[in-house]
Amino acid sequence: MKQFQYIRPATQQNVLDAITKSGTKIIAGGTNLVDLMKRGVTAPDKLVDINHLPLKGITPTKSGLHIGALALNSVVSENALVLQKHPLLSLALKAGASPQLRNMATVGGNMMQRTRCTYFYDTTMPCNKREPGTGCGAMEGYNRMHAIFGASQQCIAVHPSDMCVGLAALDAVVIIAGKKGERRIPFVDFHRLPEDHPETDNHLAKDELIVGVEIPDNNFAKNSYYLKVRDRQSYAFALVSVAAALDISGGLIKQARLAMGGVAHKPWRLYDAEKSLVGKAPTEENFKVAAQIAMQGAKAYEYNAFKLKLAPASISEALKHAAGVV
Amino acid sequence: MEDKISNKNSSKGPSRVDGRLKVTGAAKYSAEYALPGMAYGVLVGSTITKGTITSIDTKKAETAPGVLAVISHFNCPKVPGYDSADPAVKGPLKIFHDNKIVYNGQPIAVVVADSFERALFAAALVKAEYNAEKHHTNLKDNLTKAVAPHDDAVYSRGMPEAWKTAAVTVEQEYILPSEVHHPMELHAIIARWDAADKISVWDKTQGVKDTQSNIAKLFGIPVDNVQVHSKFVGGAFGSALQVWPHEVAAIIGAKVVKRPVKLVLSRADMATSVGYRPHTWQKIAIGASADGKLVGVVHEAAGQTSTFEDFAEGPSDVSRQLYACPNVSTSNKMVSLDIGSPTWMRGPGPATGTFALESAMDELSYKLNIDPIELRLRNYAETDPESGKPFSGKNLKDAYRLGADNIGWSDRSQTPGSVTKDGWLVGYGISGGVFGADREPVTLTATMMADGKLVLQTAVSDIGPGTATAMVAVAAETMDMPADKIRFDLGDSAFPAAPQQGGSTITSSVGSAVYMACRDLKEKFQQLIGNGGTDKPDYAKVLKQHNLQRLQVTADSKAGKEVDTYAMYSWSVHFVKVLVNPATGVVKLDKVTCVADNGRIISPKTARSQIIGGAIMGIGMALMEEAVIDDRYGRVINSNFADYHVPVNADIPQIEALFVNKPDYNINPIGAKGMGEISLIGMAAAVANAVYNATGKRVRDLPITPDKLI
Repeated sequence: MKQFQYIRPATQQNVLDAITKSGTKIIAGGTNLVDLMKRGVTAPDKLVDINHLPLKGITPTKSGLHIGALALNSVVSENALVLQKHPLLSLALKAGASPQLRNMATVGGNMMQRTRCTYFYDTTMPCNKREPGTGCGAMEGYNRMHAIFGASQQCIAVHPSDMCVGLAALDAVVIIAGKKGERRIPFVDFHRLPEDHPETDNHLAKDELIVGVEIPDNNFAKNSYYLKVRDRQSYAFALVSVAAALDISGGLIKQARLAMGGVAHKPWRLYDAEKSLVGKAPTEENFKVAAQIAMQGAKAYEYNAFKLKLAPASISEALKHAAGVV
Repeated sequence: MEDKISNKNSSKGPSRVDGRLKVTGAAKYSAEYALPGMAYGVLVGSTITKGTITSIDTKKAETAPGVLAVISHFNCPKVPGYDSADPAVKGPLKIFHDNKIVYNGQPIAVVVADSFERALFAAALVKAEYNAEKHHTNLKDNLTKAVAPHDDAVYSRGMPEAWKTAAVTVEQEYILPSEVHHPMELHAIIARWDAADKISVWDKTQGVKDTQSNIAKLFGIPVDNVQVHSKFVGGAFGSALQVWPHEVAAIIGAKVVKRPVKLVLSRADMATSVGYRPHTWQKIAIGASADGKLVGVVHEAAGQTSTFEDFAEGPSDVSRQLYACPNVSTSNKMVSLDIGSPTWMRGPGPATGTFALESAMDELSYKLNIDPIELRLRNYAETDPESGKPFSGKNLKDAYRLGADNIGWSDRSQTPGSVTKDGWLVGYGISGGVFGADREPVTLTATMMADGKLVLQTAVSDIGPGTATAMVAVAAETMDMPADKIRFDLGDSAFPAAPQQGGSTITSSVGSAVYMACRDLKEKFQQLIGNGGTDKPDYAKVLKQHNLQRLQVTADSKAGKEVDTYAMYSWSVHFVKVLVNPATGVVKLDKVTCVADNGRIISPKTARSQIIGGAIMGIGMALMEEAVIDDRYGRVINSNFADYHVPVNADIPQIEALFVNKPDYNINPIGAKGMGEISLIGMAAAVANAVYNATGKRVRDLPITPDKLI
């Protein structure tokens, strides 16, 4: 690992000043960044530690719930307000990583984690995300874990987070601090598709800092579920995951939210499938129709064709759990 | 004196004698020693798969802070054992010997620095240029090149084609991916030259004596000038049965920098540097009469090996002797590929072979509509079908009964996919396991000290099963003295000769030596005491009375004529109950019951642990373990614990370990046989068979991941 500087600026403003220089990286829990540094995937000159900033709070706002960027994944997953208002987020968090990692990982850091594509991690392999212009090792390689939606000729990697799938489904908003003050963007617009620039995972500018997320109040708490299908029962990335949230009233679905993990470069919202459910009864037949709608435009590669079957099966299964019709 | 141990089994047995050391971190493993002046070595691996090194730029590394040396084939001192070896004879990789690259990740240089971090950083600065050649790493594409390594690898009795004439036949191919041992403890060595011809190493090894003689041979020095210390080993499963290139690299490094050198492999190195279970293709053709009697079996196997070393397991050997069958043909072949060498891994041969044979038997049972246990009983071998000899001890029928009762086999439906519970499909599966039971030569000293403490010494290793615990139990029982007054010393080449800990031989071999030594020591005490001595003498008092500081005996234990008389095996039966999600293909184990028929159980607690450990490894083999090579690059692409899955706690259900526990005094005087291998052997087929029973889907290529069941 390359020698690097480590600083811990006193205030958020000091952090914003420090990160403007190239070669700097913010470190919070470090659960992904340190791995990447050890593997030589990234080699910052300077780490800016933000763990001491007052961004850990989980507090109700006028119309939602604010979760600080430095709130630990383990703390968020057990928080009473989260469990009461957004149990889906708790389920998603607990489906990710291991208890040890969740005790270190933060909300902001979770959003910033890089893909787990094996070609990205192995510096002897081509990877446009790690080293633009070298090619995509996965496209014609072992792409069992890779994208079926939104991939480009440059990159077919997927975003590995579970938490982000939950937040995408819950219409969360990301609060970002920069030199000119704060801006808010929808969570679904935070991450981006690879297109011609797979090296850029999201829309956070170099000189910006995630300070928190806000989840608007909703009526999904009674009928939501996070289903993660993986190669072992814990501590494995998703083959496919589904966040499903339903607002059911009078035997009909008033609103639906669906997002998938393990299928795209970003948490993948299933807007058309959601729309198809509105006004319908929460039945397995309707869920299957929605799942089929969700699969429009899916494209598989040599080793991940199973996702074309597993994804709709999982959507339908997650909706059944959310609706309590299992 | 009795010529065998009394058969009074304690239900509980001793606790691990080193348990406290291990759970408190006080047990010191090879990498944990700190020698004065110690330097650190880090290997640089090849990034091509086949070809030659044209140049290595070491300048940046050599001038990096703290770097003491960068050693490659350009500047490596001579290794006498390499130079004296016939270059035409295949063998282990000769590290830094020439410019040839024979597999991806092959060490091409070692950087030695004054700290691990500095060595690691400098290793990243070493840049090699290569002349790459076309490589071949895919087993399936090269199956036509399979050859038998020796004559014994091909076997036949009766008519090879007989299976075709049977009323019911199964003919299928079964694929096992390559698996990596991945013990928790990384391979590590500290090498120190004590003089120009004297070496001490603190090394992870399953056999200190073998490591000692191999190092002596490689470096051309007398065996007694090599000291090997390996007091604790954190798992190995076969990966530490030989001297690997990284160990040679550390010894070379220590010579060059004239300081002790520590070299610890990284987790990624573990996938390429210390062997693996070979990816193996198998084909079974099996035929039975309508009432389920086997007519014929053909079992072919072909596994990976490297281009520079011949290695073939014997997967098909299980078909020679697991069932009574008149017509059996088997073969074990290997395919040379541009990959690192495979090696022995827990249950080598039968672990792979039973996946094929016991899956095929299951397929046959459904075709015949006969319960899988009943089918096995109808073909039960009362004598060894291969040699015709009686078995030294076989109580497999007891094992079937014990396990079936425990798992609730009577709840199983013979119709696949017909039972559900809370929306999950329910299935039951069974598979047998078998492994040869040996007794190797052992020399062991037993010394009664003046304070009445008994010290036993032999150069065996304990890679985790609890060898010292079991040996203390044998001694306590034989000497009729408390276990806490007995110490068992192992893991050092200074002790008398013992075999490597591999192949499930240690309890039988060393246990017999312990018994013999203790029996002789007790006899010596009886002679001192003379007539009128008690059965339970106060040993310290007797020594004092006779003005003795200590009383020592040496036992030389080995197998005798019984090896010609009997066929000797340990047996197991695994029972598995699974739940399968019909929508997502997720498999959850609901319950596992393992029954071992391996003679007398010496140490019930550690025996139970060993069965559970093997069962978990078998569950990993069944459901998730798979080392993947990207054939375009010839490189293992999942050499880390995020991508190479081993089971976690959440994957493991209640596991019952049951023992038939009938002594086999035909093999040795303690009546005990090994269980390290049989704990794993058969588990993969048991899981696959349960999955079939649950779903009606037969998975013949491991691992059984969700994608294969939707």
